[in-house]
Amino acid sequence: MAAATSMVTSSSFTFPSQGLRLPTRSHPCMKPQRRFLRKYASNVITATYELKPPPYSLNALEPHMSRETLEYHWGKHHRTYVENLNKQVVGTDLEGLSLEDIITVTYNKGDILPAFNSAAQAWNHDFFWESMKPGGGGKPSGDLLDLIERDFGSFERFTEEFKSAAATQFGSGWAWLAYKANRLGVENAVNPWPSENDKKLVIVKSPNAVNPLVWDYFPLLTIDVWEHAFYLDFQNRRADYISMFMEKLVSWEAVNARLENAKAQAAEREMEEERMKNEEEWKPTDDDDDDDDDEGLEMYVDSDDDSEAE
Amino acid sequence: MALRSLATRKTLALGLNSTRLTQSRALQTFSLPDLPYDYGALEPAISGEIMQLHHQKHHQTYITNYNKALEQLQEAIQKGDSSTVVKLQTAIKFNGGGHINHSIFWNNLAPIREGGGEPPKGSLGWAIDTNFGSLESLVQKINAEGAALQGSGWVWLGLDKELKKLVVETTANQDPLVTKRPHLVPLLGIDVWEHAYYLQYKNVRPDYLKNIWKVINWKYASGVYEKESA
Repeated sequence: MAAATSMVTSSSFTFPSQGLRLPTRSHPCMKPQRRFLRKYASNVITATYELKPPPYSLNALEPHMSRETLEYHWGKHHRTYVENLNKQVVGTDLEGLSLEDIITVTYNKGDILPAFNSAAQAWNHDFFWESMKPGGGGKPSGDLLDLIERDFGSFERFTEEFKSAAATQFGSGWAWLAYKANRLGVENAVNPWPSENDKKLVIVKSPNAVNPLVWDYFPLLTIDVWEHAFYLDFQNRRADYISMFMEKLVSWEAVNARLENAKAQAAEREMEEERMKNEEEWKPTDDDDDDDDDEGLEMYVDSDDDSEAE
Repeated sequence: MALRSLATRKTLALGLNSTRLTQSRALQTFSLPDLPYDYGALEPAISGEIMQLHHQKHHQTYITNYNKALEQLQEAIQKGDSSTVVKLQTAIKFNGGGHINHSIFWNNLAPIREGGGEPPKGSLGWAIDTNFGSLESLVQKINAEGAALQGSGWVWLGLDKELKKLVVETTANQDPLVTKRPHLVPLLGIDVWEHAYYLQYKNVRPDYLKNIWKVINWKYASGVYEKESA
C-alpha cells in the first residue's frame, strides 16, 4: 500500500530481522481490506476502522457470559476504542495503516504514543471475541495438543498456568497463549542462534492494552481480565470467571487456526532471514580472502594481490 | 476508624523493627476497618451494592493477601532468603497499597446528612483557591485526570509537603500516592478501578466522577491538611 511505504520512510524504527519492512501478519480475521474502508464522500477520503461484531449473537454465550455483558463490553467499550482510534488516526501518518502496524508503531518500544491504547484495545477485543464460541471449552487436539503437552507437560498443567496468569495480572490487562518463534523473551533483542527448541508456546500476561504483538510473538488465545469483562456476571470473583472461560467458552478451533497461521508465517520469516543472511555473506569486504568474483567495492581487478590478502 | 488505620501502620513499623532483633515477636496483622456509615448511606451517588462489594470483598481481599505476603516476607527475612524478599515486593506494594488506599477512601466519603458534599472551609478551602483558582476548577481537573486514566488506578488531591502546595496526581493500580513522590500526603483519593463504579455507571466513568462529589467528605481532607501543613 502506498501509505505503508510512506510510513516506512518516515519512521525511525526497525526490526532487526526484517530491516525496514513493517511486519504484515495476515491474521485470518484481520485482513486490512476488511477493516479499512475508504469513504468517498464529498471528495474527501477518510480511512475508517470498523467495529466488527463477534462471530455469534450477543446472547449466544449465555448463561456463561451474559447478553448484558456483551452489550456493554462490545457495544460500548469496544465501540469506544474503535471510535477513538479513528479520531486519533485521521489526518496523521498512521492513517491507512493496518491495525497491527499502528499497534507496532505507536507502542514505540514501550514509550507509547497516544493512539496505542485505542488501536491495541480495538485489536485485543476482536481477538477476544474470536477466541470464544458458544459451546466452547473442552480440550484441543492434534498438533496443538501435542505442542501444549510438549511445552507445558500436560493440558491440565497448561490450564493451571493460564488460569494463574489471568488471576495474577495486577490491575487491568490480558492473559495470553502465544507462539514464540525464535524470539527472545526480551524486548528488542534478536535471537542470534535460533533453533527448533526456540519455537514454543508460552503463556504471558500483559497490562492494560499491551499485547504480545509488541514482543513479536504470535498470539493464539486471550482472556480479557479488565474488570469490565466480568463484573456484571461475576463481580469480584475473577477466578470463577476465568474457570468458566476455560470450561465453557474457549474456541480451540480458532486457536488451532491461529497456530497453523503462526507456524506458516514463522517458516516464511525464517526463509526470509536465511536469504538476507546469505546476501550479507556474499557482500565483499576488505578482509575477505575468497572474493575472486566480487563486483562492487574493490577498486582493483587482480585479487591475487598479496599485500591485501591478510 | 481512621485512627485505627494509622495505629496499625505505626505498629507495623515497630513490629518489623523488633522482628529483626527478637525473631519470636508476632507479626502485626491487619483487619478490615469498619465503614463509618451504612452501605446504602451514599446513595444515589454510589449504590449500596457497590459499597458492600467494594468493602467486604475487594478491600478484604487486599488485606488478606497483604497479611499473607507479610507473613511470607517475615519468614524470608528470618531465613535470609533474599530472592523471596525481593520477589514479594510486588505483592506487598499491590495488596498493601490496596489496603492503604481503600482505608483513606472510606474516610473520603460521607453521607450527605453528615456533611458529604459540603465544600471545604478554612485553610484547605483557601489553599484550593490559591493553587487551582476555585473548587470548581479543582473538581474539573480531578475529573479530567480520573477519566483519562487508562486501566486501573486512583486520582488524588495531595499535599506536597516539600513544595508546600496542593497537587493533583494519578497513580496506577494500587500504588499509594507516596510512590509518586516521597513528600506527597494524600488528602483525597478517588478510586477509578472499574469495580468502584461498574455495577451502577457501567462504562461511563465520567458520570461516576461527576456524582461522587456529592458525597465527598471535605472535613476529613481538611483535618489531614491542617495537621500536615502545621
